Amino acid sequence: MFFYIIKRILQVIPVIIGVTLILFLLMYVIPEDPARLILQKGATEEALQNLRVKMGIDKPLYVQYWRYMTQLAKGDLGTSYRYRRPVDSILADHYPNSIKLAIAAILIEIIIGLVAGIISAVKKYSFWDILVTVSTTLAVCIPVFWLGMMMQVVFGLKLGWLPMSGMGDGSLRYYILPAVTLASVSTAFVARMTRSSMLEVMSNDYITTAYAKGLSQFKVIGKHALKNALIPVVTLIGLDLGALMGGAILTETVFSWPGVGRTIYLAILQRDAPVVIGGTLVLVLIFVFINLIVDVTYAWLDPRIRYEKKEVNV
Amino acid sequence: MENISEIDELTTEKKYSRSSLYKDAWRRLRRNKLAMLGLAIVIILILIAIFAPLIAPYDPIERIKKDSSLSPGKAYFFGTDLLGRDIFSRVIYGSRISIEVGIVAVGISVVIGLFFGALSGYFGGISDIAIMRMADIFFAFPYILGAIAIMTVLGPGIVNIFIAIGILGWASFARIFRGSILSIKNKEYIEAARALGANNYRIITKHIFPNSMAPIIVYATMNVGVAIIVEAALSFLGLGVQPPTPSWGKMLAESLDYIDIAPWMMLFPGLAIVITVLGFVLLGDGLRDAFDPKLK
Amino acid sequence: MDISKNNKILEVKNLKTFFYTDAGVVKAVDGISFDLKFGETLGIVGETGSGKSVTALSILRLIPQPPGKIVDGEILFDGKDLLKVSNRELQNYRGNRISMIFQDPMTSLNPVYTIGNQIMESITIHRKLKKKDIIKESLKLLEMVEIPEPMKRLNNYPHEFSGGMRQRVMIAMAIANSPSILIADEPTTALDVTIQAQILELMESVKIKTNSSIIIITHDLGVVAKYASRVMVMYAGKPVEFSTVNNIFYRPLHPYTMGLMESITRLDEEKKEELKPIKGSPPSLMDLPEGCIFRVRCKYAIDKCRKKYPPLIEAIKGHKVACHRAYEFLKGNLKNID
Repeated sequence: MFFYIIKRILQVIPVIIGVTLILFLLMYVIPEDPARLILQKGATEEALQNLRVKMGIDKPLYVQYWRYMTQLAKGDLGTSYRYRRPVDSILADHYPNSIKLAIAAILIEIIIGLVAGIISAVKKYSFWDILVTVSTTLAVCIPVFWLGMMMQVVFGLKLGWLPMSGMGDGSLRYYILPAVTLASVSTAFVARMTRSSMLEVMSNDYITTAYAKGLSQFKVIGKHALKNALIPVVTLIGLDLGALMGGAILTETVFSWPGVGRTIYLAILQRDAPVVIGGTLVLVLIFVFINLIVDVTYAWLDPRIRYEKKEVNV
Repeated sequence: MENISEIDELTTEKKYSRSSLYKDAWRRLRRNKLAMLGLAIVIILILIAIFAPLIAPYDPIERIKKDSSLSPGKAYFFGTDLLGRDIFSRVIYGSRISIEVGIVAVGISVVIGLFFGALSGYFGGISDIAIMRMADIFFAFPYILGAIAIMTVLGPGIVNIFIAIGILGWASFARIFRGSILSIKNKEYIEAARALGANNYRIITKHIFPNSMAPIIVYATMNVGVAIIVEAALSFLGLGVQPPTPSWGKMLAESLDYIDIAPWMMLFPGLAIVITVLGFVLLGDGLRDAFDPKLK
Repeated sequence: MDISKNNKILEVKNLKTFFYTDAGVVKAVDGISFDLKFGETLGIVGETGSGKSVTALSILRLIPQPPGKIVDGEILFDGKDLLKVSNRELQNYRGNRISMIFQDPMTSLNPVYTIGNQIMESITIHRKLKKKDIIKESLKLLEMVEIPEPMKRLNNYPHEFSGGMRQRVMIAMAIANSPSILIADEPTTALDVTIQAQILELMESVKIKTNSSIIIITHDLGVVAKYASRVMVMYAGKPVEFSTVNNIFYRPLHPYTMGLMESITRLDEEKKEELKPIKGSPPSLMDLPEGCIFRVRCKYAIDKCRKKYPPLIEAIKGHKVACHRAYEFLKGNLKNID
């Protein structure tokens, strides 16, 4: 297992190189001069040129890229053009807010998604099943930003139950609307995946065996069906955590949430390349890291995989 | 050349079963009420997009000053916005952007995906490894962030939206196609074709393509819905279609500041998106069940 | 107890299990009656789709519902109708008084739990024992089904066992609570020929050790001949003949049974006759013909067979058959044509 984890961590390196390269190219192509961004209008051409030399942006792309990567290897994400602050401190300000929101969304996704999926599988074709099927189908079709706006109007404006935007004092009330918005699509996917996975598992012979042993339906589902049915769902949820952080841009925009998605989005609009590249890189790393955790969980859930890996790595 | 006809003869049995696969699928699809609803929505939308000038009662760009921010009523079914434009007409015209983006962008993804998928699955080796690692990078990349970044570089405009969404979507199609090639590649009838001297191009186009299209069709249909949502999101963020062209996402962005005084401004474009996407999703679901009834 | 009086541990009366599908009602089991005597091995034979597995599953109400439903009948175990007890009460019978062994050991064990976990579960459901004793019991069971190194094997997962070994584990689970009845639904079909005999021998020895009765469901007439004392022959969801092994093999009274006997190789017959498969195929269970269900394939069919379904009657003592011409066969008036 240890070697497997090491191997997986090493596999991350080409992904990092690929992602930074793509971002570097993209930001390099943008016809905007970072020096002009930093110095206000009216700066002399000489001052601009001095700054360019100082920043190294007068050099060709590959030199810049090499410089960035060597700095990155030392753990330095560079300095924001716009704010003249180290990128890591900007990200440190915003990442916690995004992570908290993502965790809130994941909790909603796991609790509501799993429960809805299990109920609709166990009570196939019942009223609850139809309700779950209809609402998950709709949830997938609703653009998150529109859902957010609608909920703002209904729960914030008309009913006045919940704050419409911002983090306020950081209390739970501020999390509800953005978290529900952010979780909507994934919750629907989790519910659907759980349903179909449960249905498939429940048609297996070992479920009949479990009933034949004299187990109650509750135990058959809770012990024998669920663990098997969870295997694909865990992957989905894991993949989602990464997607939720990146996908939070729209939710964060609608709810003015001071998170990293919105920070990166604004940085793109402001051509603030170090923030864009650094912020996205951290997102990708989180995504890849979560993937690794998912794989390890997978091995715990499914002994067959554990076994294969043992063979591969010994 | 004689060989070739021989090969095709050898595989006619397969062809027969293939045509019956599509026939069976169509028969099952027709029985599926939800899928038919989806198909109806899609067809009606395409008709609306084509005949928008005949359906819309007003010019979508024209500003009727005296009638600004009217709530829905007889003269204006969906009301008007703050500039005095008829929201109904704008929603009708907005379907054009959504349908165009959905179909063209997904078309681009499919073409790129099939090309790399074929390269990867059929030839294997280094090209397989390289392409699949590239796909990994695209998967790891937050979709909407990628779209925003590309749009920033390319600048706003509908053609750039096609490109941005098209480029970002290729990886899934490549993976699906690679998967089905791998599963078909070693089937007897392919080996028979190869043994009789058919070349790679012929094997891929004549034998592998037709037999692995079902999952691609299903996924593409569903992805049209995704592309429409992404376009709406980009326009919502101000990176997509530029005003005054009516786009549903843009209309939602414009309504954001008037949530309290003109809520209908956000209601109708949003509903239009939901219904459109629903149409493609229902159709996609139906196609999936029709092609593979076991999966249901 | 009832059992000692009439010597019957299980009585199934007029069991009907239907499946309600989009395409129509499938009468998988349509009026089956039989009884199981204390300590005997009863064989149920028939082709694929004859309803023998559904009969087995119906006894413990394991039919997936929907689409399946037991629409009529009685299943009397120890004087109690299992079709009338509550789900909770039924759980006390399942795996405790009546156990099942399934066809495919590769899929009948849960892949994500160890063998030990699954065997111990069988014990804990029905008996309150200390953890230590449960482990002891499990080891005893594994020894009984002749699995080597039981201590080590308890911690293994199903995928680490061969098919034959898995079926042994299934048997261990089934006998964990010394049930009165062991229902084996094609227990050897999925196994290699060499393993089949071992498993059957094992079941026989377990039956003697635990003093239970066995219902063995199979399409293999050889298995029936060797292990069963009485046999019920099923065709298209209905019982066609029910008697002792000797009667079924040497004096069959139903044309279908006769056909079955002609279609197998017999080592005990000197004259090597050609094997004769039964012509035609079983009818669709959704659209059964009127009258006798076998008549379209029957070379003895007469006008009467077209009109009325022959009931299962006792032609002579201990020999039930569902054929209008059974008495003629019995008297020897009808010789086997061709």
